[in-house]
Formats: sequence, C-alpha cells, structure tokens
Amino acid sequence: MIVSFTLNGRKTAIDAAPDRRVVDLLREDFGLTGVKEGCGTGECGACTILVDGEPRLGCLILAPQLEGRDITTIEGLTGETGLHPLQEAFIACGAVQCGFCSPGMILTGAALLKQKDTPTRGEIRKALSGNLCRCTGYQKIVDAVEKAATGRETGGEEK
Amino acid sequence: MDPFHGEIKTSVPEIGRDLPRADGPGKVTGAEKYAADYYGENLVWAGVRRAGIPHGRIRSVETAEAAALPGVLAVLTGRDVPGTNRQGIVHKDQPVLCRAKVRHCGDAVALVLAEDRKTLRKALSLIRVLFDPLPGVFEIEEALKPGAPLVHEEWKDGNVLLKAVVRAGEGASALARCPVIIEETFQVPPQAHAFLETENGVAWQEEDGTVVLVVSTQAPFRDKWEISHALGLPMEKIRVIGPFLGGGFGGKDGATVQCLLALSALHAGGRRVKMWWDREESFIAGYKRHGVHMHCRLGARADGTLHALHSRLYYDTGAYAHLGGEVMALGMEHAGGPYRIPHTLIEGWCLYTNNPVAGAMRGFGVVQVSFAMERMMDLLAAKLKADPLELRKQNALRQGDRNCAGVTLTNSTGIRECLERVGRHPLWLNRDRWNREAGLFKKRGVGLAAVWNAMGYGRGLPDSALAKIEITPEGRFLLYSGVSDMGQGNATAFVQIAGHMLCQEARDLELIQPDTARTLPSGSAAASRTTYTYGNALIRACEELRRRIIGRAALMLLVDTLEDLDLLPGRVRHRASNREIPLATLAATMTEHERTCISQFLMPVVRDVPDTGKEFTIGFPHLLFSYAAHLACVEVDELTGAVTVKAYLAATEAGRVLNPQAFEQQVQGAVAQGIGYGTCEEVGLHEGRILTPDFATYILPGSLDIPDISSVAVEVTEPSGPYGMKGVGEVGTNGPLPAIANALADGCGVSMNRSPLTAEKVLEAMKLRKNATGGST
Repeated sequence: MIVSFTLNGRKTAIDAAPDRRVVDLLREDFGLTGVKEGCGTGECGACTILVDGEPRLGCLILAPQLEGRDITTIEGLTGETGLHPLQEAFIACGAVQCGFCSPGMILTGAALLKQKDTPTRGEIRKALSGNLCRCTGYQKIVDAVEKAATGRETGGEEK
Repeated sequence: MDPFHGEIKTSVPEIGRDLPRADGPGKVTGAEKYAADYYGENLVWAGVRRAGIPHGRIRSVETAEAAALPGVLAVLTGRDVPGTNRQGIVHKDQPVLCRAKVRHCGDAVALVLAEDRKTLRKALSLIRVLFDPLPGVFEIEEALKPGAPLVHEEWKDGNVLLKAVVRAGEGASALARCPVIIEETFQVPPQAHAFLETENGVAWQEEDGTVVLVVSTQAPFRDKWEISHALGLPMEKIRVIGPFLGGGFGGKDGATVQCLLALSALHAGGRRVKMWWDREESFIAGYKRHGVHMHCRLGARADGTLHALHSRLYYDTGAYAHLGGEVMALGMEHAGGPYRIPHTLIEGWCLYTNNPVAGAMRGFGVVQVSFAMERMMDLLAAKLKADPLELRKQNALRQGDRNCAGVTLTNSTGIRECLERVGRHPLWLNRDRWNREAGLFKKRGVGLAAVWNAMGYGRGLPDSALAKIEITPEGRFLLYSGVSDMGQGNATAFVQIAGHMLCQEARDLELIQPDTARTLPSGSAAASRTTYTYGNALIRACEELRRRIIGRAALMLLVDTLEDLDLLPGRVRHRASNREIPLATLAATMTEHERTCISQFLMPVVRDVPDTGKEFTIGFPHLLFSYAAHLACVEVDELTGAVTVKAYLAATEAGRVLNPQAFEQQVQGAVAQGIGYGTCEEVGLHEGRILTPDFATYILPGSLDIPDISSVAVEVTEPSGPYGMKGVGEVGTNGPLPAIANALADGCGVSMNRSPLTAEKVLEAMKLRKNATGGST
C-alpha cells in the first residue's frame, strides 16, 4: 500500500507492507539509521520519533499509521543552519556516552521543550522516563535538557 | 542565532580540562554508524535456532522443511562447521553450533540464511530438533554434589571449572585469635549487561576469500583468533571492523555473533549477511554477570583492627567457561576490600551449571565480593559500637601495605583520602538530621562503602597496546585506535592526548576506530585499561612524530637546532625569526614511513608475586588499583518496602583526571549500573530458563530511579599512568549495592544478605525484624 507523509520536512510517499514496522521502514527504506532499535517491545525508547511533534515509538507503530502525519527523526532535527540547541547541549554537557539512546532522548527532550520553556529537573526526568539509558545515569542528560531550556549551566537537583 | 551557536569551540586540548566527546556530534545527529546500522545491497539475514532446553543430547536436527522454504539460502548445523567448532577466550569449550549435546537454553543448534527476516523466522520455526533431555544442574550447591549431572562429561574436574586458593599470612587459623568475628553468608544473582545495542554484525566474503566482519565487539583482534580457531580459517583471511558500540560493559568481550556470522558469510556467495539478536535472544544467549554465593568470616581485634578473613566464594559460571575463572580470580583478589588484613584464606569455586553463560561484566567479579566485605565492615562497626567511617579509615590500605592477596602496594593508593573526603561532605556530616526528616511511613538511612578495582589483565597476560599516529600529506592527523570505544570515551581521551602532545586542535585529529586491517592490536576494551595502556603508547608515538615534524621543519627552514622550533596548530614556527611553515607544506615532503609513528606500551606488573593463587594461569595478581568511597542516602517506604536512593556521593581515586567531564561520566554511569544491580536488576531463572527476557520483566533503572550523583575526584598522581591517570571505568560499579544495604541497616535495622534489595525483600525483612523485636521498630 502507498503511505504518504511528511518526513523531516519533505513530503514523501512509499509503497509499504501494511504490517511493516515504522522503525524498519525508516531505517531500511529511508536509510535513517539514527532511529535505533533497542528492544522491539516499546520498553526502551531508542526508536523514538516525533509524530506531529509528539514522541512515539517506531517499533510499536506500523507504516499505515504514518498516513498524513508529520514525522521527524533525529536526522531531521538537525537544521540547515546547524545543530538543534538540545543537540548542542548534549555535547556540551557530556550527555552522550555510547550514544545509542541519544537520538530518542533528544527527540523526547525536544518535544518537552516545545511544550514547556523552563521545565524543572523533576519534570525533565518524568518526560524522559520512557527512554532508557544504560551508560550515563541520566544526570548529564537532565543537565542538557535544562541547559537547552534556560541557556545556563545547571545547578543540580532542586531540593 | 541560537544561544549555543559556536559554544563548542575546538581548540588545542589541555590535559586536566573538560574536552567534549569527539564522538558527540556524530552521535547526537544520528550520523554515527554502529554495527547495527550496516546493511548493504542484496542483504541476507541470518538467525539462530536455540536449544530451548537447558541440558540434553541432540538426537537429530531436521532441517529439510526449513531448507525447502522459498527464500532460504542455507540451513546449517554442527556438521557444517569447519574447524574445531569451539569458541572460548581461555578454555575452548563452547560450540559455534552444537553437535552432540546442548548445555543451556541459549545454545545454538542451527543457523539459517534467508532473503528476509520474515522468511528467516518462518524457517527457524520449521527446524525440528529432537533431544534426549538430561537432568540439569541449576543451583550452585547442586553442582558440587557427588553424582551431580555433568555439564561437560569430558572435563577432568566434574563441574568445577576452577578451584583456587589465595592465602596470606597465617590464613584462616588466625581467626582463632580474634576476639570479634563476623560470620555471614551472602547471595547475589546474575545481572544482564542490557546494552541498548544488542549483539549484531554484518559479514561478507570477498573475492579473494577474505571474510570481513563489521561487528559490535570489545575485542576485534581476539575475534579474529576465535573465528580462525573455530572455523579453521587462516588468520590473514579474516578482517574485523569494530565501530563505536552501543554499550558493551563486558558483554561483547568474547564471541557473540562473530563465528556464526563468519560461517554465514562462507555460505552467502559474497553477499552481505546481517545477524542482529533481538532483545529476548540477547537475554537468552548473551553473557551475564556471575551469580555468587559467599560465606565469610571476618575477624578483628577489640580495637577494630582487621586481623583475619576466611571467605568461601562459589561462582556460577553457567554452561561454558568464557572468562569465569578470571572473573573469580579478580573477585578473590578483592575479597578483603581495600583494607589491611594480615591473615587471609580466600577459597573460590567456579562452577559449571546449565544456566546462561556468565562472563565479563564491569566490576568483573569484584562487585559481588564488595557487597559481602562492606556489609561485614558495617556489622563489625555495629558490634564494636564504632563509627563505620572511622573503622574503614583505620584499616584502609596505604601505599606500602600488603593487600588481602599478600601483594605489596607499590603504587598510588588513595582509599584513605577518598574516605576522608566523604567524611567532610555535608551528606555525611548532616546525616542524622536528614534521617530524622523522613516523612510519614518513611524511614531513612545513610550507608557507606569503600571499594577498589584492579586495572589491566594482571600477571600472565601481557597488557599491551600499539598506538599509531600519522600526519597526512595534507597536514592533518590520523589516529589509529586499536581498542574499541563501547561508550566509555577512550577515543576522546586519545584525541585529547594526541592534541595536547602535538599542539593540534581536536578537529584536525581524525579518529580511526578499530579495524584489524588498518589499526594495530591493542587488546580488548576491558579491565579499565584502555586509556592507560593505549594512552601510554600514544604518548610515545606522538613524541616521536613531534620530533620528526620539528626535524623536517628544521631542514626546510635551514635551522640547525630544534630548540627554537614550536609545533603549533597547523604549522611550525621558528621563534627567533618568526618564520612559519604550514604542516601541509611540510608533510607533503615526507615519505609515508616518516609520516607514521608506532609505539608499544606494556603495562607494568607485580614483581614480588606472592606464593599463592597458583591455580590462576592468567589474571592474578594486579599492580594497580583505583579506589572509591561511596555514600548512599536511602529512603524506604514502610508500607511497601520500596527503596529509593535519594542522594549519592562517590569520591574516587583513579590517579590524575585527564578530562573531568569524562571522569564524571564514568563515575555516574557506573554508580547507576550499581544502583540497578543493588535495587532492581536480577536475571530470573527457573531450571536454566530465563524468566526475565525483556525490559518489562528485567527492570533497568530509569530517569526517575537514579538521583543526581555527586562525584568528587581525589587526585593522586600515578607515576606509571599517562599524565598520572588510572582507569576509572569499573570501580564505581562496586559501591552502590553495599552502600544501599548499609543504608537500609542504618535506617531500618535490617541486615540484607541477598540482592537485589527489592521492595518485597525489604518489606519481608522489616516484618521479620518487627516480629523479632516484639513490634517496636
């Protein structure tokens, strides 16, 4: 079946099997390997993409569900003028180690920052709670989201 | 313009200053290609049929139906494996594809190559494997019983992979002279590495017969040897490329997909073959941290001076040896903690069972014994009515002391300083007030742990790296790393060292990740060794390259001494005349040989080897250790038993800090893994079958479960290290379980000897205590 949607700002249409997982479609047919797969069962968040601006899991949605939607992957978050502020903050704050969770984390964080200008650390932790990271202990990831929101250095957990 | 534009400046890296990760930009944009991101035209998918039973003889593997399925290229069984069909780092006991029998549920019995994943799944389900089931060994105690089923009938010592003894001073007999003895048993279950990128790779055979693999691996050079041995392929016909890993933590140190993929490539007619274990397969077939049972007696003098220790440690190594003996060796070497204990007897049994294969994992055998030793230190403090911090300081190792394995510590030994830093921290000073401020139906406690972790392979196995650096004819620099970066950041450390040595900006240094055809053997990404060993080699290679560049500049500028020449970013300047020559001009005149420098470094070893632990052929003893003192502030819900770590402090001595941000990354990440190990992670097993094969049942800590972690670097220069550093990757993993358990004892009066410290266990312990004390808490 033909599925039409907007992918990283460009209208596109592709012939896809109705049971094709979006994570496979994006990685294999579009070469967008920034969409990672960590579990295949919706537990880890590595395959997070933005569907109409909302974080969604590419391993749990199927190709037909993209019809008419606006899809953003990590590759689409990087603008023509450079990195998204959250990508910059991830690098500056040391929020990246192995990096396999980073695309999903960044997209989830970017969606939060669209909703809220200055989330608290608690709100950031809550928003990121569906994205697992095995390397960082999350602290520097929270720092990065906070920094991207406020543009200032972080001062640790609020009491 | 966004506020971050241009903030990440590239400049000449300085040692001791933050340097953002060299791999950061590629990873945050999704551009970095992990092994999992390699596909290729006309791709073939390969997959494995697993045993599904823990122990049994294979009567037959019927493949005809699967092979007849359209889209199936090949169905292979043990009979199709050329070579020895045996894998293993120390003992070659693990078949690539089982022929006669299976020893754990994850054993591979058949390999299928198919045009697509759907066909692959279908074909795997059509294979019929007939077994004669055998009784299995699933519990540590069972493995040693006379008449127990044998996991490897041909093995000379029954189910005992390795029995070893480490003895110092008068051994256990000294306990008789101890007025105070703490005697306890402890149990810890297996832990899963749970890296987000599961085991995978892509392989193909080139026209000249060379098999090329792109694989998620911690040991690309050893992989070559494993594949060559198992499949009978000549070493020179194997090439392994190891991109950045999506996590490793020890679980990708050793053969996972390598031999299966290479075998697949031999049957794919030059096409690329991809194998990518899904999460469930990773749980079932991947390596685990050892479950261990420990029985310990710790004796002290009345003034709290530790005097003797007798530990009996039983490691469940699962169906195959992997690094089981070496993991146990390191555990035994650390069983007495970072303390002076003059008399020790540490006995270890590493046992085969029909459980999943246990192997390397961050904190390699040390995590388990740290729990036992640090709980006993708190029990001893309680018994002596001593301050647990003072008791630790009183007994803390100093340079020149002998450790519990009888090895004299000749190098940096900063545990006492770590403990002192914790003692001065507000989290320690204000602990009583913090405990009192627990809300309704909450209890609070603060616990300590003092831990250490050896660095490097230890005696018996040279810990070596070969660094290679090149200036290109264009005047840029290529840094050939032979040791994998699984996320720990050694690649960035290499850029920092080379940039600093050669006075070049980070952006002018291009990193080449391990590739057995381009980079040089530098050992595995393991044992907290990568930056230390490779870094030391790199410094020497950079020194030589620097001399050559300056020397060439002298020729070109007609200067007859080198002292007045400065190597600067992109150029060399003659100070006296201010004349400059660009590196591009200079390098273009150099031959390839002149432009490349290689240097080897071998980690120093213990010279004064004690007369003990003779059973260990490799991996004992060690010369260099990193140290840490941890503090956990823990809150318990009295109604549910739920444990929350509210604050955490880690004071770490790992020599000098090269990159404070990278140092913190390692400390925080290790502590987080330790908190998971301590509070929620457990590979559930029933008769060898995994009860927790996904992240819905195997619980990893999320962003709401890990508090902010305060990391304090206690810098002590280690003279043998590059710029005085030691490895920091593992030591932090060892502290959280005992620190949290000690906090529970402090807050709730419960003594937890089995981990993880789940709500159920803590609630039960609180109930038992309540009953025992007649209702008062």
